Amino acid sequence: MTDTLVQFSTVAVYSAMAIYALAFIMFTLDLSRRVAVVAAPAAAEIAAASANGYTTVLEKDAPAEPKAKTPRYLRAAMALTVIAWVLHVGAAVFRGVAAGRVPWANMFEFTLTATAIIIGVFLAVQFWQDLRFIGAFVTGFVLIALGVATVNFYVDVVPLPPSLQSAWLVIHVFVASLGTGFFALGAALSVVQLLQARRAAGKAARLRFLDTLPAADKLENMAYRMIVVGFVFWTFTLIAGAIWANRAWGRYWGWDTKEVWTFIIWTIFAGYIHARATRGWRGSRSAWLAIIGFTAVVFNFTIVNLFFKGLHAYSGL
Amino acid sequence: MSSPQSSDSSRPQGHFDAPETIQQPKLNFVGYLRFFWRQLTSMRTALFLLLLLAIAAIPGSLVPQVSSDPNGVIQYKANNPGIAPILDKLQVFTTYSSVWFSAIYLLLFISLIGCVIPRTKHHFDALRARPPRTPARLQRLEGFTARSATGDAATAVLVARDLLRKQGYRTEVYEDSVSAERGYLRETGNLVFHTALIGVLVTVGIGGGFGYTGQRVVVEGYAMTNTLASYDSFNPGRFFTDAALEPYSIALDTFVPTYEEQNLDALGQPTDFVANVTTTLRGGEPQKATIKVNEPLNIGGTDVFLLGNGYAPVVTVRDPDGNVVFSQPTACLPQDANLRSNCIIKIPDGLAQQVGMIGFFYPTAAPMADGTLISSYPDTINPVLSLFMYTGDLGLDNGQGTNAYALSLDNLTQIVGADSGTPAIQLRPGDKADLPDGLGSIELTSVPRFVSLDIHHDPAQLWVLLFAVLVVAGLVTSLFIPRRRVWVKAAQNDDGTLSLEYAGLARGDDPGLDAAVAEFADRHTDQLGLKVGP
Repeated sequence: MTDTLVQFSTVAVYSAMAIYALAFIMFTLDLSRRVAVVAAPAAAEIAAASANGYTTVLEKDAPAEPKAKTPRYLRAAMALTVIAWVLHVGAAVFRGVAAGRVPWANMFEFTLTATAIIIGVFLAVQFWQDLRFIGAFVTGFVLIALGVATVNFYVDVVPLPPSLQSAWLVIHVFVASLGTGFFALGAALSVVQLLQARRAAGKAARLRFLDTLPAADKLENMAYRMIVVGFVFWTFTLIAGAIWANRAWGRYWGWDTKEVWTFIIWTIFAGYIHARATRGWRGSRSAWLAIIGFTAVVFNFTIVNLFFKGLHAYSGL
Repeated sequence: MSSPQSSDSSRPQGHFDAPETIQQPKLNFVGYLRFFWRQLTSMRTALFLLLLLAIAAIPGSLVPQVSSDPNGVIQYKANNPGIAPILDKLQVFTTYSSVWFSAIYLLLFISLIGCVIPRTKHHFDALRARPPRTPARLQRLEGFTARSATGDAATAVLVARDLLRKQGYRTEVYEDSVSAERGYLRETGNLVFHTALIGVLVTVGIGGGFGYTGQRVVVEGYAMTNTLASYDSFNPGRFFTDAALEPYSIALDTFVPTYEEQNLDALGQPTDFVANVTTTLRGGEPQKATIKVNEPLNIGGTDVFLLGNGYAPVVTVRDPDGNVVFSQPTACLPQDANLRSNCIIKIPDGLAQQVGMIGFFYPTAAPMADGTLISSYPDTINPVLSLFMYTGDLGLDNGQGTNAYALSLDNLTQIVGADSGTPAIQLRPGDKADLPDGLGSIELTSVPRFVSLDIHHDPAQLWVLLFAVLVVAGLVTSLFIPRRRVWVKAAQNDDGTLSLEYAGLARGDDPGLDAAVAEFADRHTDQLGLKVGP
């Protein structure tokens, strides 16, 4: 029974990866289509100018016309992402049922679930704000993470060691992955924000698709909103982790390597939030902080788990 | 540049550069104090300290710490004799209590206090103040919405005021306009968050100062008491006194581990540890209790944690006449997941010579191809104790404390095992063997288990938790409650119509402001029952 469920899970995760790959391609094609969207009105202008002899007829609403056309690649990409996500969630659920517990007790399972949450947050946010343009970043990141997880982190289903047998496993780790999801989107938006700022400064002239994306300050606001949500979850993770540590290890804070890095990440994002209120730090500098913060999150999960000695030795590897 | 007259031809004629030295205002001592205080409490400094704290925390994760991994520190020092003394001098092995790390976080918290106090005062004033006068031109503000209607300006303003009040705004009517503000809780939450952080730091400090932690190994059938002499190791806080030790005893009746037996991928992996104990408070009746991982025992104001376990073989040594000179359990340190364990036995008295033994205990012994033993399962299916034996000076007579879990071989001669010519003594429970040189005999009497208990007393624990909860509560309020001002202005036109203007002002991040103003304009005009015009 367990073996069958694990097989279902494995098949589902590989299928999800294949479809994410297609979605990634579609998102990328959409970005290249955006280049065409920007280029088209310029060409049309020139054509119009040569046809009727006028020199400068700036048709401000020209870009609106191609926008009205269905962005075919984008729709396909979103549809594929949803299908892949359903499979992805299915893979996590099968894994959890097979193990008879929450599917985030080792690195493979955590990656599986956390990436599902990243995509889940990405999809859910669309109802509130159109962030489809970071789809390529998000699906690409998740695809790489799943690839590493299935190839390098995979472990068989094993029972929970006594130290993990706690309700806090459900709360602490789940909220941590929620926070990671929001930080990931915040970092993606910050990357676009930096590009946009470079373009506004007259650099990055070849990245014409940026013209179809929101301006840097708008992106900064979006990133900020993602990151503050992530920050609240991260703060909760830190405190829930301390409460659990107090029950399992007999102290709520002991500067274990994982605790140190969770603290470092918290401090970086606290810095990010303050940076926005500090003159000279708004804009690109705070965007860098968001990216550094998310890099630290990834570092904490991969390098610290695998190579640093500490009490959070649950990678199963 | 010596000449004040600019030599740069691009400058307009007659241009004078500012003199090189900037005229600083002369500051006296108090002036300097004030200057440094301003610098320290500025946002820029706080941000700098915050990021510095993040960077300063990194070394402690790269190098083992005395607090969390003392053996790792010893090993690191042995492996890196070149750099270890330098790191030691820089207090890197105790990063989180080092002078430089403490300096950063203390400065950060002083900066925080210097920021919170004036803000609290300011917020307190704001809470009692009325919303400010309506700006002259609302067009320039966010979410500006204009509507035209018929009716009376004063009524429209009063209707707007009542509506705003219902939405939780604080309002003030100024002539033909109403000024409203809400979301004071945002700043309250912010102040609570920062104050609670200070609270966490202070209570953690108090808890560490008045609390204590102690470790003790207890073998099945034995007991420990909560007295200073009873602990194997003890770390008191700075203000600890013996009076803080509530007297009680904990006897370990049985320790029952459960190992995975079905799943071949996880054979022998522990799935449960249960310590069945009998506790006795002073003057109280003995009570049965259990201690599990994740389920500490709360007794006498302390928490008792089950941190480790292993085997404590009871070895009985007799002299050549058959008199027992040694018979007690020896807790052996587990070396791997299958509990291959190292045992150190020291017998200073009773035999012709001082005898030291290094034992290797295998709960389920399995021979390797080359004849050496390994343990293949953590439970005692085929227990074997293999012993090396030494005679000579154990180094116990000089009065200095020695590590019970290590044997110094400096002044010892090996008489059993390895190159000594006598093969290692292998014992199963109940087995007896003669010692070489007519020293006597040895018997493996039984193999009970031991647990290592961690006893913690932290009087401020609940306060830390309380402040941590306040941190989250303050954070959520300060980030997600919008603080905004809204104005409604009504102007009577010459033709009797009414021009209504609405606008808002965000104070802090407020993505929903435009929508909120538009929604309010709709409600207001609906309420007025007037025809909505452009």
